Amino acid sequence: MSTTLERNAPITSPGQNEHPQRKWQDYFGFSTDHKVIGIQYLVTAFFFYFVGGALAEVMRTELSTPDPDFVQPEFYNQLLTMHGTIMLFLWIIPAGAAFANYLIPLMIGAEDMAFPRLNAVAFWMIPPGGLLLMSSFFNGAPQAGWTSYPPLSLVSGKSGEEIWILSILILGTSSMLGAINFVTTILLMRMPDMDIHSMPLFCWSMLATSGLILIGTPVLGAALVLLSFDLIAGTAFFNPAGGGDPIVYQHMFWFYSHPAVYIMILPFFGAISEILPVHARKPIFGYRAIAYSSLAISFLGLIVWAHHMFSSGTPGWLRMFFMATTMIIAVPTGIKVFSWCATIWGGKLSLNSAFIFAVGFLSSFLIGGLSGVMLASVPFDIHVHDTYFIVAHFHYVLFGGSVFGLFAAVYHWFPKMTGRMVNETLGQIHFVMTFVGFNITFLPMHQLGLQGMNRRIALYDPQFQTLNMVCTIGSYILALSTFPFIINVIWSLYKGKKAARNPWRALTLEWQTASPPIIENFEEEPVLWAGPYDYGVDTESIDGDEDVEDMLAAVTAEGN
Amino acid sequence: MNIPSSILTLIAGVAMTLISLWYGQNHGLMPTAASSDAGDVDELFNFMMTIATGLFLLVEGVLVYSVIKFRRKKGDTTDGPPLEGNVPLEIVWTAIPTVIVFILSIYSFEIYNRMGGLDPMTAGDPGPQMAHSHNGAALVALDTNRQNIALGLGVSPDSNQDVNPLEIKVNGIQYAWVFTYPETGVISGEIHVPVNRPVALNMTAGDVIHAFWLPEFRIKQDVIPGRETNLVFTPNKVGQYPVVCAELCGAYHGGMKTQLYVESEEDYQKWIQENTFAMKDNSSESVAMSPVDSEAKFLAPYANDLGVDAAALAQLKP
Repeated sequence: MSTTLERNAPITSPGQNEHPQRKWQDYFGFSTDHKVIGIQYLVTAFFFYFVGGALAEVMRTELSTPDPDFVQPEFYNQLLTMHGTIMLFLWIIPAGAAFANYLIPLMIGAEDMAFPRLNAVAFWMIPPGGLLLMSSFFNGAPQAGWTSYPPLSLVSGKSGEEIWILSILILGTSSMLGAINFVTTILLMRMPDMDIHSMPLFCWSMLATSGLILIGTPVLGAALVLLSFDLIAGTAFFNPAGGGDPIVYQHMFWFYSHPAVYIMILPFFGAISEILPVHARKPIFGYRAIAYSSLAISFLGLIVWAHHMFSSGTPGWLRMFFMATTMIIAVPTGIKVFSWCATIWGGKLSLNSAFIFAVGFLSSFLIGGLSGVMLASVPFDIHVHDTYFIVAHFHYVLFGGSVFGLFAAVYHWFPKMTGRMVNETLGQIHFVMTFVGFNITFLPMHQLGLQGMNRRIALYDPQFQTLNMVCTIGSYILALSTFPFIINVIWSLYKGKKAARNPWRALTLEWQTASPPIIENFEEEPVLWAGPYDYGVDTESIDGDEDVEDMLAAVTAEGN
Repeated sequence: MNIPSSILTLIAGVAMTLISLWYGQNHGLMPTAASSDAGDVDELFNFMMTIATGLFLLVEGVLVYSVIKFRRKKGDTTDGPPLEGNVPLEIVWTAIPTVIVFILSIYSFEIYNRMGGLDPMTAGDPGPQMAHSHNGAALVALDTNRQNIALGLGVSPDSNQDVNPLEIKVNGIQYAWVFTYPETGVISGEIHVPVNRPVALNMTAGDVIHAFWLPEFRIKQDVIPGRETNLVFTPNKVGQYPVVCAELCGAYHGGMKTQLYVESEEDYQKWIQENTFAMKDNSSESVAMSPVDSEAKFLAPYANDLGVDAAALAQLKP
C-alpha cells in the first residue's frame, strides 16, 4: 500500500494546488457542496447520538433497581421520549442522509446534487429542529413517548408536546427536501455511460428510501398538525373527550413510522452492499436480486403499518391482513441476507474495522429479522406487544442493523472523506466493545419481555432485577465503546496515515478521485471502466492500480 | 476431499436440526401457561423458535466459518472468484423464506381463530363514542346497529349455549384497574375468577389508552377511552397472576398493576359473598348518609378494602 501512496502523491498534489481547498469555516456555513453538507450531516448526527446515548444511560441506571429512585418517573418518561425521538430523527435518519449526500454524486460521477441550495436548506433545518427539541428540557419535555399517542399526549404537558410536534415537522420537512434531491440526482444525473443497472447498490437503496420518505412523511405531518390542533385549539380529531378517535392517529402515525423503520435501515443495507464486496474481493452476489429487493421492501413497507396496532383498536380481519403482508417482508430481507453471506463465502476477506462491523451488522441484524418474523404472527405479538421483547427487537434492528452498518460505513469511507486512514487497532477494540456491550444489553431483554416486563416503565417487578442489572452493565460497556471510536477519529484526523486515492482498491467511482475529493469531485469526466463490483474480472489489483494511475497522471499532465 | 466435506456438511446439518428441535422445546423463556389459549400460543412460539434457531445457526455458522476460513493471506492481493450470482441457488433461498412465512401465516391464523380472534359475535364495536358527554348532548351519531366487527379477542360467549360466561366490566384509569361484576354488583381493584369458566371482559378506559395484559394467558388488548373492547378467556389453572398495563399511560405507568386470582368455584363464591355483603352494607349506609352522592364519594371510605387509592377513585367521577 505504501508504494501506491508514493505514486499517488505527485498526482494529487498538482490537483490540489490547482483547485481551492476547503477551509474549516466552510463546514460551519451555508455551503452548497454536497461533500461539505454530507460531513455536516454526519457530525451533527454524531453529536445527537452522544446526547441520545447519554439519555439512554440515565434510563439504564434508573432501571438497575426496581424502584424509581435515580430519577422521578415523570422525568423518566421525558427521557424515553427524547431518547427515542433523538435517536430516530436526529441520529439515524440524518446519518443515512449524510452518506447519501456524500456518496451519491461521487458514485454516479456527478459534480453535485441536482438542487445544491435545497440540499443546504435541508441540512440547515436540522440544527434548529434539534435545538428546539432539546430546549423542551427547560420547559417540561414531552413525555408521551416518541409515538405521542393521544389522549396521553394531549394531557401530559402542553408546551413540551407542542415543541415536540414543531421540531418533528421541521425535521420531517428537511428529510423530504433531502429525498427529492436524492431521487432527482440518482435518476437524472448519472454519467452518460452508467445505466441504472450499473449503478452502485447504495444508490438503489437510497432510491427506495427516498420513495418511502416522500410517500410517508406528509401523512405524519398531517397527523401532527391535527394533533397540534387538538392540543392548542381544543379541536377533537383524536380526543375521545370531544368525540374524536385516537385510533385514527395511530393509523396515520404508523403509516409513516413503519416505513420510517425502512428509511432508517435501507441506506445501511446499501452501504453494506458496497462494503462487503470490496473487502471480500468478490463481486456482490445477485446484484439485481439485492437491488429489486430494496424496492420490494420499500413497497411492502407501505402496507404493513397496522402490525404496530395488533393489540390496539383493530378488528380481527385487519390483524390477519397485516400479518400476511408483514410476513412477506421476510422474503426480500431474506434474499438480501443470503446474498450477503454468499458474497463473503469463498472471498479473500480483510478483517479490517469496516469489514468486521459489516459482519457484526449481518449477525445482529439477523436476530432482529428473526424476532421480526415472530412478531408478525398475531397470536404471539399480542403477548409481547409493548414489552421488552419489542425493545430488544427494534434495538437489534436499529442498533445491530443501522448503527453497525453506519460504523462500517464510517470506517470504510473515512479515508475518502478525510484523506487519512483510521487506526485499525482502535477500530477493532471499538468493534469488540460495541458488539459485546450491545449483545449483553439487548439479548436479555427478549426474555424480560416474554416473562412479563412491559416497556416504558420507571418501576418494575423485583423478579426482573437480575436481568435488568445485566442489561445495565451491558449498556455501560456500550457507552465506553464510543471512546476508542472518538479517540480514533480525532487521532486519525491529525496523525493518521495519509490515505491514497483508492486504499481499498475498490471499483466504485468515488474511489477514482483524490482523497478527499477535490471540490468539483472529478478532475476530468470519470471513466467507467468496470462495473461497480467486477472484482476478479476487471480487478484493480496492484498492477491494475498502476495502469489507472498512469492513465490519470496522463490526464492530469494534459490538463497542466 | 469431496466426500469428507459433504459428510461434514451433512453432520453439521443434522446437528443443527437436532439443536433447533431441542431448543425450540426447551428454551424456557415463557412464563406459566394458565389457559388452553396460552398453551396454543406457546406451541406456536416453540415452532417459530425452532425455525429461528435453525436459521440463526445456519447464517451465523456461515459467517463464522467464512471469517475463519476465507481470511486473506498476508501479501495476497488477488481477488476471489468472480461469482456474480447463481440463479437456481437464488431461487432456493427465495423459496425458503416464502415457504416458511406461508406455513407460519397459516399456523398463526389457525391459532388466532382458535382463540376466537375472528369471532365477530364477541361484541359489536359501536365505533368511537364520547368518553364524557359534555352538556348532556351526544355529539356523535352512534352505530346503533352495532354492525362493526368486534375489537378484541376471544371466543364468542354466545357460541356455546351450555356455558354461562362470567361477565366483568373493566375500567382502566391512571393508574389502576377497576373491576365491576354486573351479576352481583361487586366492585373491586383485584379480579377474582373461577377456574374453567369462560370470563368475558368488557373494557373501557376513563382517561387515556391503557392495555390489559395477562402475561400468563398470553393475551393483551388495548383499553380505549370512548370505546369498548373485549377479551374472552378460560383460565384452567388455579393461581395468582399479574395484570399489567402495557400501554404508556403516564408517569406511574409501571405501577399500574394488580392481581388476577383464579380460584376454585367454592373460593370464588366465598369471595363474591364477602364482597357482596360488604357492598350491600356500604350501599345502604351511604344511601342513608348522603342520598345524592357521587360514585367517588360513595366509594371513598372503602378504598382501602378495594385496593384502589383515592386519586384513582376521584377519576371515576362521571
